[in-house]
Amino acid sequence: MNDNRAIISINNLTKTFGDVVVAVDNVTIDIIEGEFFALLGPSGCGKTTLLRMLAGFENPNEGRILIDGQDMVGIQPNRRPVNMVFQSYAVFPHMTVAENVGYGLKVDGVNMAEARPRITEALSLVQLDGYEDRMPDQLSGGQRQRVALARALIKKPKVLLLDEPLSALDAKLREQMQLELVRLQQSVGITFVIVTHDQDEALSMADRIAVMEDGRVRQLAPPSELYEFPNCRFVADFIGKTNLFKATTRGTEGSNVILEIKGLGEVAIPFKGQAENDISIAIRPEKVRLSGTEPSGDAIKISGKVIQVAYYGDESHILLENPTGVVITANVPNDSREAQGRIVEGDDMWISWSAADTLVLTE
Amino acid sequence: MKAMKDAPLKKKRYGKLVNPLDYTRKGWMQTLLGINFFFLYFPIVALVAFSFNDSKRNIVWKGFTFKYYIKAYNNEALHSSFMNSITVASISTVVSTLLGTMLGLALYRYRFPFKPAYEGFAHLPIMIPEICMGIAMLVFFSLINMPLSLFTITVSHIAFTIPFVAVVIRARMSGFDTSYEEVSYDLGASQWQTFWNVTFPYLRPGVVAGALLAFTLSIDDFVITFFTAGIGSTTLPIKIYSMLRFSVTPEVNAASTVLIVLTLTLTILAMTIQARANKR
Repeated sequence: MNDNRAIISINNLTKTFGDVVVAVDNVTIDIIEGEFFALLGPSGCGKTTLLRMLAGFENPNEGRILIDGQDMVGIQPNRRPVNMVFQSYAVFPHMTVAENVGYGLKVDGVNMAEARPRITEALSLVQLDGYEDRMPDQLSGGQRQRVALARALIKKPKVLLLDEPLSALDAKLREQMQLELVRLQQSVGITFVIVTHDQDEALSMADRIAVMEDGRVRQLAPPSELYEFPNCRFVADFIGKTNLFKATTRGTEGSNVILEIKGLGEVAIPFKGQAENDISIAIRPEKVRLSGTEPSGDAIKISGKVIQVAYYGDESHILLENPTGVVITANVPNDSREAQGRIVEGDDMWISWSAADTLVLTE
Repeated sequence: MKAMKDAPLKKKRYGKLVNPLDYTRKGWMQTLLGINFFFLYFPIVALVAFSFNDSKRNIVWKGFTFKYYIKAYNNEALHSSFMNSITVASISTVVSTLLGTMLGLALYRYRFPFKPAYEGFAHLPIMIPEICMGIAMLVFFSLINMPLSLFTITVSHIAFTIPFVAVVIRARMSGFDTSYEEVSYDLGASQWQTFWNVTFPYLRPGVVAGALLAFTLSIDDFVITFFTAGIGSTTLPIKIYSMLRFSVTPEVNAASTVLIVLTLTLTILAMTIQARANKR
């Protein structure tokens, strides 16, 4: 990242459709030059609308977009220094791979002699060497996507926009393309902005992620911060799996806040912010320990019966219910072949976790 | 009978088992279809067959000949009416394909006030009886004091073939993914470049099919042409009709056969082009 210069500045951007639908609601984001940025959220959260405003296919009702310091108001998509890879790839079916990739050069009036080597170069960038004369209907879905990528990258955009680029691929190929997109982004050094609803995709690829809900950005942070320190219930719940409990504030004690959790009793958890009455605590299911006897020490603990064991191969998810009806999930790694079957439904067990791993969520 | 005796078990006979939607495989259905096709196509087959009949009358088969085709070809009036038909059909096809394509595209792409009403009016000529269309045209031309000629026929043909072209274009566009156009803009193309590089190549089979449809509709149109034709502006269908009033000679058969072959060829061409485009 080159000295944190913002390549895209989104200021108070709002987009409404008709009078009722607010797709993007007062969004302010700075995207830094050279980073891999992800817009993450459930469908209908406004992430695609935001991306289409960056590309110029939608006009904002309010706010500004600066790309490389230039105000984008009234600038048509064909004059913007960004290129987009569409969800459907939209590889022109009546053109060969080379014609597709060279399309952006052709409309710019670049002559064939100059375009040829650049097409070859762009195709080798996406590992499609020698595919120049194929027709799109002879390509697989993954290859079509590479063509779409090469077609956008050949224009050397300041920012590459990707709209759900991996959603049409099968699971294995998707994983492979995630790694390849990161490699590609690092080798070309262009800022990538990707829209996705898949948290794994965002976490594994992006340098920073903006989590969106109902047109607003709920949290903007690097992946690990987003996962370990979500700032609200929505983010904690949307990113990964989490055990959420409603709590009531009972007071403070040094740097700890004393909370009463229904069915769990009072616990002291380190917390810096302002504790209000409407508060929740969250604990990730892989950060809890499962034991047959009461754990010693001052960990937060809960005992109950195992009500369900879900086997996922690499790990098992164990649901425990305590006598007051509180249900908590623990993810247990199946770290040996014999691990499976060690815990069965109906077992009486303890779940415990350290106060330091507990998240306190005020929103 | 012998085989029956040899069979160890008496099998209960079911009718041939037919899948629910395969009813065309039932015998009675095939017979019915055969009768239908016979009544539909026998007159046409007879017409074509008797155009090769070496007799002045269309009743008894006397022998094979091409002489009525030559006679029809040398018939000055028939020949000139045929050329009139070709002229009218060609001009009206070019104009109505152009206008119909634009209409189809506009109806596909844009939203504007009163669009449903406009759409209804635009497609009206497909539904209103041809005779009404013909009379309306005639009244209109006499209202503006325009003498009936090949020009008025052409104008009428353009008017009634436009919606057919527009319908074909719209059907073609309904399968179009608009992100193709967005990609093109995004890559720096202007709207004009996008239309010719991306939209039109997709649209082309529809344009060709629409044009062929317009041509076949125009070349064999009788009713509307009858009302809008003036003296000396006779087209082939009108000419054939007027020849019939004297007597049904094999010459008429020959001229009709030419018309059938022409329209049939163009229709098949239009259908194959559309089918091939849809397969992509």
